[in-house]
Amino acid sequence: MNPVLKVVDLEVSYYTDAGRAKALDQVNLELNAGEKIGLVGESGSGKSTMALAMMRMIKPPGRIENGQVIVDGTNLTSLSEDEMLRARLSKIAYIPQGAMNSLNPVTRIGAQMIDAIKAHEPTMSKADMKARSIKSLESVELKPEVFKMYAHELSGGMKQRVCIAIGILLEPKVIIADEPTSALDVVTQRQVMETINKVQAEMGAAVILIGHDMGLMAQSMDKVAVMYAGRLVEVSTVKEMFTEPKHPYSQALIRSLPKLDVRGVFQGIPGLAPSLLRLPTGCAFHPRCQEIMDKCKTVRPENQMLASGSRVTCHLYGEGA
Amino acid sequence: MATLLEFKNVSKIYKRGKTETTALDNLSLTLKDDESTILTVAGESGSGKTTLAMLLLGFIEPTIGQIYYKGKDISLLSGSERMTFRKEVQAVFQDPFAVFNPFYTVEHLLEVPIKRFKLAKSRTEIRDRMAEALTAVGLQPDEIFGRFPHQLSGGQRQRINIARALVLRPKVLVADEPVSMVDASLRANILETLRTLQRNYGVSIVYITHDLTTAFHIANSIMVLYRGSVMEAGGVEQVIKYPQHPYTQLLVDSIPWPDLSRRWGQTDLEPSEDTVIGKGCKFYSRCPKAMEVCKTKPPLYQLEPYQTASCFLFKEKPQLEAESLSKALPV
Ligand SMILES: Nc1ncnc2c1ncn2[C@@H]1O[C@H](COP(=O)(O)OP(=O)(O)OP(=O)(O)O)[C@@H](O)[C@H]1O
Ligand SMILES: Nc1ncnc2c1ncn2[C@@H]1O[C@H](COP(=O)(O)OP(=O)(O)OP(=O)(O)O)[C@@H](O)[C@H]1O
Ligand code: SF4
Ligand SMILES: [Mg+2]
Ligand SMILES: [Mg+2]
Repeated sequence: MNPVLKVVDLEVSYYTDAGRAKALDQVNLELNAGEKIGLVGESGSGKSTMALAMMRMIKPPGRIENGQVIVDGTNLTSLSEDEMLRARLSKIAYIPQGAMNSLNPVTRIGAQMIDAIKAHEPTMSKADMKARSIKSLESVELKPEVFKMYAHELSGGMKQRVCIAIGILLEPKVIIADEPTSALDVVTQRQVMETINKVQAEMGAAVILIGHDMGLMAQSMDKVAVMYAGRLVEVSTVKEMFTEPKHPYSQALIRSLPKLDVRGVFQGIPGLAPSLLRLPTGCAFHPRCQEIMDKCKTVRPENQMLASGSRVTCHLYGEGA
Repeated sequence: MATLLEFKNVSKIYKRGKTETTALDNLSLTLKDDESTILTVAGESGSGKTTLAMLLLGFIEPTIGQIYYKGKDISLLSGSERMTFRKEVQAVFQDPFAVFNPFYTVEHLLEVPIKRFKLAKSRTEIRDRMAEALTAVGLQPDEIFGRFPHQLSGGQRQRINIARALVLRPKVLVADEPVSMVDASLRANILETLRTLQRNYGVSIVYITHDLTTAFHIANSIMVLYRGSVMEAGGVEQVIKYPQHPYTQLLVDSIPWPDLSRRWGQTDLEPSEDTVIGKGCKFYSRCPKAMEVCKTKPPLYQLEPYQTASCFLFKEKPQLEAESLSKALPV
C-alpha cells in the first residue's frame, strides 16, 4: 500500500533574538489512507509546528530548513505558492489549535465556508459552493440551518464541528486537527470524535489528531506518535503504546496517566523540558531519563524500526544496545 | 468560622433580544477563610462554569442575589477593599489565546501585577519571584522572558497564565481549564503545584474543568452544573466513583479512559437539544429516566453526608436547602 502521506526529514527553526531554536528536527512519518494517528508530546515540543510545516504555513521568524511533505504523490514542498494554496484544503487540511474561538463573530457560518472554498477554488459556481458547504455541514451532523447562523449562536461542540466542516469542504486526503476537543466537555468530546471518525471513514482520509488526552488517543486512534523536543521519539500502534511503550519518555507519559483507584497520586516527569536554543547533547531526553546510559549523553540516537513495527529514537534499542 | 467568599442565592440571567438565558440559577456557596479547599466545578459547555468564575471575580454582577468577600458585598467595596479583593482573588482564564496583550513580553506580563500590588522590593526580588513561578509550571525562565505571546505554544501560554497567578499568592484562585493544553506528565506537575499552593499557603482553588480524572485526583469536592443548575455535588471521590444523578452518570461514562480494555461510553448519546421544558428539571429532555414529576423543579436531596443530587429519583431522601449546599462539600 502506498502511503497517502510521507513526511521526510522535516526540519524547522525559529530565529529568535536569543538565537536559533530548532523546533523540528529530522521528522519522518508515513501514513496510509484511512489511518488515524494521534500526535502527542510535551507542550512546546513542536506538534503545532509540525502541522504548520506540513501545510507550509510557517511564518517568520520560523523557517522550514529542510525536508519533504508528500501527499497523495504530490510533493508539497516543490509547489509554487499558488499551487500550494490549492493543495491546502483539497489535499491536506488543518484545523488549528483554538480554531473554534477564531470563527468570525460578525459573518454568518455559510459565508465563512464559501470564503474558504473561494480562496482555493475560485472558479466554482456560487450554487456549487453552497451545496458543498451544506453537504459538509451534514457530514459533521449539523443541520443545514447552521449555514445561516452566527458563531455565537452555536455551542462549543457545534463550533468545533463547523471548523471540521470547513476543513473537509474540499475532501482532503489528510486532515490535521490540532487539539480539536481540549476545550470541550467529555460528552461533547465523544460526539466530536464520533464525527471525525465518521467523516474519515466516508472520505477514506488519513487523520492526524494533535492532543494531550491519552484517553482520547486510546479510544479513537490507530497509532500514536510521540514528540519530544522537536523529534518523533516513538511511533507505535495504540495497542503497543498503551501496553508496551518503548521510549523512556513514552513510558513516563503512560505512567503519569491518572487512574481511578488511588486518589491524589501524581507521577509527572521531574525536570523541565529542554530549551530549544540549547538542546542537550546526545539524546535530548537524557537529563530526565531513567534509563540513561553513557552514550546517551554524547551520541544522538537515530530513528529506527523495531521488529514489532514500532519506530523509536533511543539507544536502548537496535544494534549496539 | 470566618467565611472568605460567599454566594447567596446568586443567579445570572443574560438577555439577548427576547431570549433569556439563565447562565447560573440560584447558587449558594461558601469558601471558608481558615480551611482552604479545592472545589471542582464540572459540567458541559454552556453549563455556566465561566459565568460562575466571572461572578466570583467581580467581573460581572449577579442579576439576583449577592456575593460577599470577607463579609462585604463585593459590589459595595471601598477603593482599598477593592484593591485587596483584586489582589487576593486571582484567575487563570480558560482561553490562553485571548487574554494576553500581544505587545507585551512574558517578562512584562508577569512584572505588571507584581509592581501594581507592590509585592517585591527590589528588581532581583521581582525577577526571582517570576523565575520561581515559571519554573513551577515547567518553563525555562531565561528562554521565556523575552517572548511575545504569539511566540509561545498553546500549552506555554496556558502556563504563563498560571505563573501569573502564582506570583501573586492569592487567597482564592479560580482556574478555568488551566491544564487542558499540556501533556499528562506536565499536567501532573502543575496540579501538584496547585495542590501545594492550597496545602502550604492556604489558597482555596476553584478548579473549573470538564476533566473528571484530574478533578478526582486534585479536588476535595465537586459541583456538577447543567445549564446553570447544580445537578449533583459532594465529595469528589463519592461523586465520581458513585455518581447518582443521571447527568453525572453520563459524564462519568463519557470519560475516555487511557485503558484499552475499557470501551468509551456505553450509554447512548442524546443530542443536546435546547428544549428546556418550562420550569422542570433541566436535564429532562435528555434524561433516560425522566418521569412525569420531572416536569416540576427537583430540589436537592441529601444522599450521603457528602453527596447531594437534584433529581426526583431520590425523592424518598431528605431535602437539602439550596442555601445549605456547602454543607455537602467536604474541605
Ligand atoms: N513564532 C515563534 N517564534 C519563536 N518560537 C516559537 C514560535 N512559535 C513557536 N515557537 C516555539 O517552538 C516550539 C514548538 O512550538 P509548538 O507550537 O509547535 O509546540 P506544541 O507542541 O504545539 O505545543 P502545545 O502542546 O503547547 O501546543 C515551542 O518551544 C515554541 O515556544
Ligand atoms: N455575555 C453573554 N451574553 C449572553 N449569553 C451569555 C453570555 N455569556 C454566557 N452566556 C450564556 O450563558 C450560558 C453559560 O455560559 P458559560 O460561558 O458560563 O458556560 P461554560 O460552562 O463556561 O461553557 P464552556 O465549557 O463552553 O466554557 C451559555 O448558554 C452562554 O451562551
Ligand atoms: S537514548 Fe538514552 S537518554 Fe535517550 S531516552 Fe533512550 S535511554 Fe533515555
Ligand atoms: Mg500546539
Ligand atoms: Mg467556560
